[in-house]
Amino acid sequence: MAVALILVLLVVASVLFHVLSPWWWTPIASNWTYIDSTLVITFWITGVVFVTVVCFMAYCVWRFRDRPGNRAAYEPENRRLEWLLASGTAVGVAAMLTPGLFVWNQFITVPDEATPVEVVSQQWLWSFRLPGADGKLGRAETRDVSPENPLGVNKNDAAGLDDIIIEGGELHLPVGKPVRMLLRSVDVLHDFYVPEFRAKMDMIPGMVTYFWFIPTRTGTFDILCAELCGVGHPQMRGTVVVEEAADYQAWLEQQQTFTQLLASGEPQPAN
Amino acid sequence: MTVMLSFLAVILAIIAWWMAGQRLASKPWLESSSAQTATDRERPFVPAINLGLYVFLGVVAALFSLFISAYFMRMASSDWWGIPVPRLLWWNTAVLAASSLALQWATKEAQRGRMESLRATLAAGFLLATLFLAGQIQAWRELNAAGYVLADNPANSFFYILTGLHGLHIFGGLVVLGRTTGRAFATNVPPERLRSSLHLCAVYFHFMLAVWLILLAVFAGWANSFADLCLQLLN
Amino acid sequence: MVDSPAGSAGIVPPAEVAEMELYHPKSWWTRYVFSQDAKIIAVQYAVTATSIGLVALVLSWLMRLQLAFPGYFAFIDADHYYQFITMHGMIMVVYLLTALFLGGFGNYLIPLMVGARDMVFPYANMLSYWIYLLAVLILAAGFFAPGGPTGAGWTLYPPQAVLSGTPGGQNWGIVLMLSSLIVFIIGFTMGGLNYVVTVLQGRARGMTLMRMPLTVWGIFTATVMALLAFPALFVASVMMLFDRLLGTSFFMPAIVEMGTQLQHDGGSPILFQHLFWFFGHPEVYIVALPAFGIVSDLISTHARKNIFGYRMMVWAILIIAALSFVVWAHHMYVSGMNPAFGFFFATTTLIIAVPTAIKVYNWVLTLWRGNIHLTLPMLFALAFIVTFVNGGLTGLFLGNVVVDVPLSDTMFVVAHFHMVMGVAPILVVFGAIHHWYPKVTGRMLNETLGHIHFWITFLGAYAIFFPMHYLGLLGVPRRYYEMGETSFVPPSAHSLNIFITVMALIVGAAQIVFLLNLVWSLFKGKAAGGNPWRATTLEWQTPETPPAHGNWGKDLPVVYRWAYDYSVPGAAEDFIPQTQPATDGITREVKR
Repeated sequence: MAVALILVLLVVASVLFHVLSPWWWTPIASNWTYIDSTLVITFWITGVVFVTVVCFMAYCVWRFRDRPGNRAAYEPENRRLEWLLASGTAVGVAAMLTPGLFVWNQFITVPDEATPVEVVSQQWLWSFRLPGADGKLGRAETRDVSPENPLGVNKNDAAGLDDIIIEGGELHLPVGKPVRMLLRSVDVLHDFYVPEFRAKMDMIPGMVTYFWFIPTRTGTFDILCAELCGVGHPQMRGTVVVEEAADYQAWLEQQQTFTQLLASGEPQPAN
Repeated sequence: MTVMLSFLAVILAIIAWWMAGQRLASKPWLESSSAQTATDRERPFVPAINLGLYVFLGVVAALFSLFISAYFMRMASSDWWGIPVPRLLWWNTAVLAASSLALQWATKEAQRGRMESLRATLAAGFLLATLFLAGQIQAWRELNAAGYVLADNPANSFFYILTGLHGLHIFGGLVVLGRTTGRAFATNVPPERLRSSLHLCAVYFHFMLAVWLILLAVFAGWANSFADLCLQLLN
Repeated sequence: MVDSPAGSAGIVPPAEVAEMELYHPKSWWTRYVFSQDAKIIAVQYAVTATSIGLVALVLSWLMRLQLAFPGYFAFIDADHYYQFITMHGMIMVVYLLTALFLGGFGNYLIPLMVGARDMVFPYANMLSYWIYLLAVLILAAGFFAPGGPTGAGWTLYPPQAVLSGTPGGQNWGIVLMLSSLIVFIIGFTMGGLNYVVTVLQGRARGMTLMRMPLTVWGIFTATVMALLAFPALFVASVMMLFDRLLGTSFFMPAIVEMGTQLQHDGGSPILFQHLFWFFGHPEVYIVALPAFGIVSDLISTHARKNIFGYRMMVWAILIIAALSFVVWAHHMYVSGMNPAFGFFFATTTLIIAVPTAIKVYNWVLTLWRGNIHLTLPMLFALAFIVTFVNGGLTGLFLGNVVVDVPLSDTMFVVAHFHMVMGVAPILVVFGAIHHWYPKVTGRMLNETLGHIHFWITFLGAYAIFFPMHYLGLLGVPRRYYEMGETSFVPPSAHSLNIFITVMALIVGAAQIVFLLNLVWSLFKGKAAGGNPWRATTLEWQTPETPPAHGNWGKDLPVVYRWAYDYSVPGAAEDFIPQTQPATDGITREVKR
């Protein structure tokens, strides 16, 4: 009796916790509301299954507890029931998977008009590179990294000379414009993670990884590292500011290009 | 991981084939028996030790498949320069094949109970396998002298790590083979037991020869062309 | 063939188990220390695994203390914190759970449950334990090595794991960790060969595969998986050792570490992740399948009812095992691998939910119309179902590629895998110990202590990990030494952290009650008799309890029926041992 009751109470407490707890995701600031919707669908389906299974179990524990004269039924199997349950589960799984795959397809298909923005990580600092007037990022290599050229931009690539370099500063993005984040690391794995954007991706030395999104509201957001990168992992922070196009342009003009950086001889913080 | 997945598919097929004979669809609750039944379906009885060896070889095969998978995945990057296959390796291959053959011959002789020729072939097999190992070490030295050192290039690293691992397995086999050879020269060993361990050694060395041939194909680049051919056929 | 009449010839394979040459201990040393008896080896495995597991438990306390009271304990600095999480994770997954389920339960139960006198290769079995012990010692040596153990996280991702920004990266830590894993795998292979071949060749007369208890099925399948999956970890470890010690570039690309160009070039960190998870995902099921098997037997025995849908249960085990080799990259959705893989791996991952769900349904349906004895093994089994269902369902979030994107690398993941492969299997371990302790020692465990331990552990562990999911949802990343200042984590989240830590301390302390119970009952427990649970399976039919060396006295048992003849209509008792021949009229009348 007590056991069944405790099981039911556990379910009730879990559901109440879910409904009443103040801890829920951060208000979204990107176009990835679909991710949130898929998550909500998953919560509903799994929640129903959890409540049903545990309550059914509690009922069995109460109803079929050992009493004098009681004897268990003999029922090796019931194929109809088993197939029914299996197909029901398959339907539930498909209901979660299908929207998930559609959204994933969007997630990995970058729109052509997206502006490239490069994020370069190192232990334990974020740097950024934006395309200059030509709208293109120049080539870059870890091998070319030096104190004068912290992001390893190729000096012989004309497309890179007007690139804007922001070392350890904050990143600004215009609201409502799709951006393609190109992620690069010069030492270990990192992960560019802004909770409000929902999207994230690991950064791997020797590779360029990517994701894309559209910032949908202005504000200042924390950048965290979400892949263990050594003892400084929790201190690896940055800031991204999403602002209106005019403010963004004003900010952009104050930034240093790669040519200016080389001319200044030594690296200086950008702002 | 294609290599590993193909290997897994093979293992899975073997398991599935075996399981298919195990009446997995039967309803055991309907099949209580009233007395011990003695005869009619004799299951082919493989001695436990043989089965143990086969399972172990399965594990070793998984190990090499994974290494070869890693080899191909790493090969895709731009800093890969192939390593030349030293001429000596071809001789070594012949030696290992001869060793395998000698062991096969020895098992035949053991079945016929001819102790004299058994001893001769067994000793020959042992010596040839040792020679193979010595030859491999010589090949390492030649490559090193020619400037192909371990850390210079991933192709070199893989070459040394794979030949080294294969060599270790041969060495382990030699320890067992040495004991068997010792037994064959002793007088008081039951022939049944000798036959059994001889058979196991032969299987092990055949397997190691097969692994070596595959490794050689990988180093020489044939495996790659073979894979390309398969892909072309698929498209 | 399926409906062949019961009792006909040909159902029972005739081949007699080959009478093996039993090894006979000659002295106290060979009887209790360098023993080749699987039962002694099992206890050795269990004691070693539990001891190192207790170290991992204490490490988790230290981590939780740091998270709840950051900076309060001066000796837990960032270096130590990362060393603690790494060792905690690796010990729990490999050195405790794998060793305990396969080395401990596998060794004890396989020969007894299939009716063998011992494992088929007792000497290799003994070596397996001593090599395992060596691996544990090498691992523990990390704590005393200069620079301490590695702090790379249990996933040991390069390049970070072998660089100086990580504790132990350029010291002894990572070298010892990788060596220990290599040694462990060698030792495990020796044991694993034994478990597999014993099940294949050591079964008693009449013990067909479909008459085996699900415990044996679970352990057997898990061992086969482990034999195929551990080589991946072996390969990854060897290659990383080469990178660290000999300067090769398997996993190391061009790197600028703190302003210095390193010599490496061209290597692929992703390659390591593929190898690691090719082992790592099957590993989850290597732990889970034995737990599945054991819990099936606990529920069936204590509900006095045959396991519902035995065939489905066997098939589900096999399907899960096969599928679990093609889902590994669901740990790598945001790793930067080719994103197109996401479609394939999300699909396979969610498909695996179906056979798993079938298992859960069948456990619960076994309770339906049963005669449920709420003994401690049953309570632990019920608790397992609750935590496993909870953890399994949150797995559907993480398996569905796009939902994983915001949740990966957050506390949601930590909560999920602790619930599903930490708490749930450990509850089965406790249930199994309560169930089989009478066979191992001849005495029952104390019920009062057992209940205290059960309720604190079950409810406490649930209270730790259920709320933790919501921290992850909020966006709190995992593996953070301290959260620090953020704009999105409210102060209330910190009070939740404190609550979790307090619960963790309580649950951890409750384990002392369990250990006390184990020791106390060994001397003072109620005498158990041969078959206290009135169970059908072979291990309860031994002539002596605890079973003597060789298990079965003069004659090997003969098996006449499947493992689940509970409450058979018409039978006098509510269980019929597997060794009892069918008398006409009993199992006949069941509907076909």
